[in-house]
Amino acid sequence: MSSTGVGVELPAGEAPPPPPRDSAFRRALLPLSFLGPALLLLFVWVVYPMVATMWRSLFNDRGTEFVWLDNYEQIFTDERLQTALKNNALWVLIVPAAVTAVGLVFAVLTERIVWSTAFKISVFMPLAISLFAVGVIWRIMYQQDPDRGAINAGLAAIQGQFGAEGVLSQASPSTDDLTGSIEQGFELDRTVQPGGVALLGLTAIRVPEIPEDAVQAVKPEPLQGGITGVVWRDFKAGGGTPGEVEQGELGLPGVTVELRDSAGDTIDETKAETNGTFAFDQVEDGEYHIAVASTTFAEPFEGVNWLGDKLITPAIMFAFIWVQAGFAMVITAAGLASIPRDTLEAARTDGASEWQVFRRITIPLLAPVLTVVFVTQIIGVLKLFDLILSIAPGSTQDEAATLAFVQWQVSFSGQNRFGLGSAIATFILILFIPFLIVNVRRFRADTS
Amino acid sequence: MTKQRFILLALLVGVLAFLAAGCGGDDDEAADTGGTTEEGGGEAVSGNISVLAVWTGAEGESFQAVLDGFKEENPDVTVSYKSAAEPATVLSTAVEGGNPPDIAALPQPGFMTDFAQRGALKPIDFAEDKIKEGFSDSWLDLGTVDGKLYGLFFKGANKSTVWYNAAAFEDAGVEPPADWDAFLEAGDTLKASGVTPYSIGGADGWTLTDLFENIYLRSAGPEKYDQLTKHEIPWTDPSVNEALTEMGKVLQSGNIAGGTSSALQTDFPTSVTQVFADPPKAAQVLEGDFVGGVIADETTAEPDTGFNVYAFPEINDSGPVVMGGGDVMVMFKDNPAARALIEYLATPEAAEIWAAKGGFSSPNKNVDTSVYPDELTKKTASELANAEVFRFDMSDLMPGAFGSDALFTLLQDFLKTPDDVEAIQKKLETAAASAFKSS
Repeated sequence: MSSTGVGVELPAGEAPPPPPRDSAFRRALLPLSFLGPALLLLFVWVVYPMVATMWRSLFNDRGTEFVWLDNYEQIFTDERLQTALKNNALWVLIVPAAVTAVGLVFAVLTERIVWSTAFKISVFMPLAISLFAVGVIWRIMYQQDPDRGAINAGLAAIQGQFGAEGVLSQASPSTDDLTGSIEQGFELDRTVQPGGVALLGLTAIRVPEIPEDAVQAVKPEPLQGGITGVVWRDFKAGGGTPGEVEQGELGLPGVTVELRDSAGDTIDETKAETNGTFAFDQVEDGEYHIAVASTTFAEPFEGVNWLGDKLITPAIMFAFIWVQAGFAMVITAAGLASIPRDTLEAARTDGASEWQVFRRITIPLLAPVLTVVFVTQIIGVLKLFDLILSIAPGSTQDEAATLAFVQWQVSFSGQNRFGLGSAIATFILILFIPFLIVNVRRFRADTS
Repeated sequence: MTKQRFILLALLVGVLAFLAAGCGGDDDEAADTGGTTEEGGGEAVSGNISVLAVWTGAEGESFQAVLDGFKEENPDVTVSYKSAAEPATVLSTAVEGGNPPDIAALPQPGFMTDFAQRGALKPIDFAEDKIKEGFSDSWLDLGTVDGKLYGLFFKGANKSTVWYNAAAFEDAGVEPPADWDAFLEAGDTLKASGVTPYSIGGADGWTLTDLFENIYLRSAGPEKYDQLTKHEIPWTDPSVNEALTEMGKVLQSGNIAGGTSSALQTDFPTSVTQVFADPPKAAQVLEGDFVGGVIADETTAEPDTGFNVYAFPEINDSGPVVMGGGDVMVMFKDNPAARALIEYLATPEAAEIWAAKGGFSSPNKNVDTSVYPDELTKKTASELANAEVFRFDMSDLMPGAFGSDALFTLLQDFLKTPDDVEAIQKKLETAAASAFKSS
């Protein structure tokens, strides 16, 4: 830096040299040399890719043909992209508001509870996990099979506590003689008279559900003035002959058998013995139906289909809110701390209720902070991609997709549709602009 | 000013030079095949050649062992092996730069066609007789582009296998079925015994395309399979209807583990492990030879007593037909050393080196199957090598927008409504038409 500063004044006795002619250039050089590297990187990594993407979006997928706005037209006509647009709208409408509200509630609550630091930490913790890992965690929690998904396992435990008790969860009739369903019970088509024997063969019984005390099934002898029968697992290795009680086939103890009159009303019921036999004594003459009662079957808990096409978007939204609530809470709590206490005290002294204080004093004073949270969340939601990739299984990815996700999908998941991908990227950029303007304006207002 | 400036500039130049060096780091790989002798057999060849493939880790070591075998036979040739996660991308760049390796293994024949049509590959017809000895015509056809032989399938994958829970089959008194009717009947018997017959990894679309391809190749035959692959017949063709109808019989909600909605959330590894859980959630899983590795790594099931495998059942007397994948060896530079390596890789001896180490199936029917480390690999590998008809996985040969996207999601839709065959056919045809048009 010898040409500037003190060095200039040193030569004594001589006339001061004329100011260098290129001084304007030189004066610009210094800031440029500082800004240069940043500008260069900004150009290489931001401006150039942005412009190139916009330019690329006007070409076909192979980049060989100029197609004007055809790719943009696809955004509004393609079925998958329409779902994505709808999903994006839902995300913007629901999630930022929800995150802000939850953050506010948590922030206010933490001011009042004893273990507030512990609570704050546990709410803030998810933010320390990468969004992709969050997705993996929730994907497992949301699994439909209660043996795999924690949420459905919890629901299954609750249902098991209050649900119907039964010895079997599923079965189907072994022959066409039995009709009905698990809900109605399986009824024998032909009628039975006293002295008759009813054969109730069931198959498709899960091996672990075969009662432990079951023994070889036996076809009972007819009973004078009564109806007997057997209910058994009509299956042996290789299938066996349906409808016949064979060696190696087990009785189904505990199964409830109903005696129904010709009108279909149940008049008696009994339970099968270990060899599957049952008997109704002293039955009046007449025609009767015999049925396996529906109470035999415990309603199996199938699990809520969180990852199915109906619930997938709410499920992902919940995971996102779970992560972002901590961020919203911390920012809001900081805002709360800076609210002048005397204003609140003054309101309370004037007789305002807690709700009125919250509604009329706290919220208006917090408004700028809440806006920050809200706008940050909108931006986060618009570019959401990783959570969808990691939570939605392949079969419901289309139902869960957002624009950013489809942009990745069409360009990089093996489809190589770079024209459409660039168009979607440009479209997302356009969606961002209003929020960027809001943010920049506020930043200016803050600094001035 | 000047001094700091200079240092800064020097730093910048240094960084740039470093980056440039990183990009062009392949220069020293250039093959120089010096003193060579006649091509006739028996004469020693010499030189340096480079080979590029996808194999790393244990696979990389096994392949290195194969190359070491070549080195023993040709002590004057130095072979340098390099692996790349995406060989096609690396090779495209290398070909553009005029500096490809001598030999490379490509994971899909589509890349081979691409390079051959760009004129980057050298034909390997000098080895044709040798390849014909060991490989069935299907493999030669797959390695041929525009009438010239360019590719040698060194490693294969058999996707026409069904893996089953041996105990569940025994409890139900079911034997591995040989044809489709017996297969469906066995499914009913398994169901009656209380075990769901099939496990479907419906969250991954490719498990469904594999199932469809296996059925279609058998029910419609290899000619139609080729035509459908190239979209020369539409997806609304009656042959597709027949195959989807059969597939629908498998995909009924009562036949698949957890029912339809659970199957749609089951990924491939889970679809394997749940067959070997206690109690099993299903009796069998319909996927390729790589299932064996998942069972070995993630379950405690033992071969034979716990798990076993049978060939995908025949449909309409289709005979020994295998659908699968494979890695194809291609030659970018023609020189005696490279030729010698191609000829070496076509021999059963070369394949046996890797086969003995496991995790490998050779399409070469002259490979001594006793070298495979276990009975099940021996079974799947010999089915692969002895198949009268082999077809490459159809979805890998189609444009990505269809083969690895629309086909996946539409077959997942089909899993949701397996009785609605015609609706799905129409959707498949619409998607295929637009994907084949724009590619």
